[in-house]
Amino acid sequence: MANDLTKLTIAEASELLNDGEISSRELTEAVLASATHQNGDLNAYLEIFDDALASADEADARRRAGERAPLLGIPLAIKDNILIEGKRATSASKILENYIATYDATAIQKLKAAGAVFIGRTNMDEFAMGGSTENSAFGTTKNPHDTTRVPGGSSGGSAAAVAAHMALGALGSDTGGSIRQPASFCGVVGLKPTYGAISRSGLMAMASSLDQIGPFTRTVADAEILFNVLKGNDPLDSTSAPDSVWSDKKIEKKKLRIGVPEDFAFGKGVDKDVVENFKKSMEALAQEGHEIVPIKLAHITHSLAVYYILMPAEASTNLARFDGVRFGALKEGATLFDDYAQTRGAGFGREVRRRIMLGAYVLSSGYYDAYYHKATSVRALIEEDFKQAFDLSADGVDIIATPTSPTPAFKIGEKSADPLQMYLADIFTVPANLAGIPGISVPSGTAQRDGRDLPLGIQFLAPHFREDLLFVAGRSLESVAGRNA
Amino acid sequence: MIKKEDMEKLAQLSRVAVSSEELEVLKNDLESILGYVSEIQSVSEEAPERTAGSLRNVMRDDANAHESGTFTKKILGAAPRTDGDYIKVKQVL
Repeated sequence: MANDLTKLTIAEASELLNDGEISSRELTEAVLASATHQNGDLNAYLEIFDDALASADEADARRRAGERAPLLGIPLAIKDNILIEGKRATSASKILENYIATYDATAIQKLKAAGAVFIGRTNMDEFAMGGSTENSAFGTTKNPHDTTRVPGGSSGGSAAAVAAHMALGALGSDTGGSIRQPASFCGVVGLKPTYGAISRSGLMAMASSLDQIGPFTRTVADAEILFNVLKGNDPLDSTSAPDSVWSDKKIEKKKLRIGVPEDFAFGKGVDKDVVENFKKSMEALAQEGHEIVPIKLAHITHSLAVYYILMPAEASTNLARFDGVRFGALKEGATLFDDYAQTRGAGFGREVRRRIMLGAYVLSSGYYDAYYHKATSVRALIEEDFKQAFDLSADGVDIIATPTSPTPAFKIGEKSADPLQMYLADIFTVPANLAGIPGISVPSGTAQRDGRDLPLGIQFLAPHFREDLLFVAGRSLESVAGRNA
Repeated sequence: MIKKEDMEKLAQLSRVAVSSEELEVLKNDLESILGYVSEIQSVSEEAPERTAGSLRNVMRDDANAHESGTFTKKILGAAPRTDGDYIKVKQVL
């Protein structure tokens, strides 16, 4: 039996549970102790649930009754914008400080049915708007590798919890990189599935044409386990893909053609250590038998600009629902209009107010064509670039590789005064959301800063519904980069 | 350049009460972000012509309707102001 149960992977823990070597209660007690002990320093959890042990006992009973399932009794952390019935769900916003979820997200229903144990809800940038968790109304999460640095964001709490062994896995959401970038900063695996792969019913919407739920884990194999439980069509989410997309027989590929958009990946502002680590990782993958080829994605450099038009436009629309009428905080004014304005002015933080107003601007009459309409058109060109790059009949590639983030984790406060600088940290991750394709970040070693080893990550991108290729590439990189312990 | 009146109008459109000091900061932020994203104007190509894929109805069937009132209490429980089975708001018109 492992000395420290919190360091087990999901696959390892599941095997020990099945063999009766450990119980979910023992595992959950160990994880709860680790979470409670470290949370004062890291602020990864906004709340640690008091019913986790009861769920663990339930899982143990199900196993005693003969049930076997990969997540039965496995302790997980949940990002605070995903609803668990009867639990607080705040999106790290003051406007929802006392909101209790009235139903389970479909992803949560699936995890409950699979027997997972929820340890707590994790910190994030308010309404998932940010890349550092500094926009949380409830304090910044610290990076476990260096507590003077950010864990990334917006799902920073989930990434930190998995990295610091405060959970075996976690759920996050990714609109422009909010799973992959914190995974990279914290040295864990983060998967943004294909748009429509996992139901978003019960996920608080930021930008509905981009949002996707996905897992954080310490290994690629664990990400695959969680993904397989979470994926599938849901009548409650009309954008969820029909199940037939998964039944097409995939060609089992072990050796991949990996495309590297060099102009983009080694472009301006990309840290020297990041480029060097990326090149070394590609060499290692070539030695594993994969073929690395340079590719061109003509419009990919416009991704960030397109993203910062479409995302605020959609967010300003989605967040209109927070008006102090049906749920959340209410700050009263003299008139109904004042009720809305006062409630939203007091309830939303600076970045949320900024994005709502930016969204209102790009959608307003006179600017709509120049910004929103133009951005949707360039988005289509970016999608087309990916389609061509993945066209195997025209000398295309199986997957694409880039660094996940242009830099390792930055210092707390370093970018918080300049929103544009903060946005630039998303440069490698937003294209996948615009094109709706899946992406994964896998740890690829470290860069030293101030005497500390900070994790770096490689991002792989695949065609729609080809998460299987990401797992092949991810496992291959893991085998050469060494597992993050 | 965004005019101050336009910022006030934007705040109003957004239904967000913002102090005039913050409006000044937001104006600078918006100008810097809009300056950056305006680079998409340099893209001259037109978006590729899109053809609809196989059509499918994304709406779910009306089957299995829940009984009226099943969720009423729960949902009203989240509302800040209620009156009986109604959500209460200030006069609209």
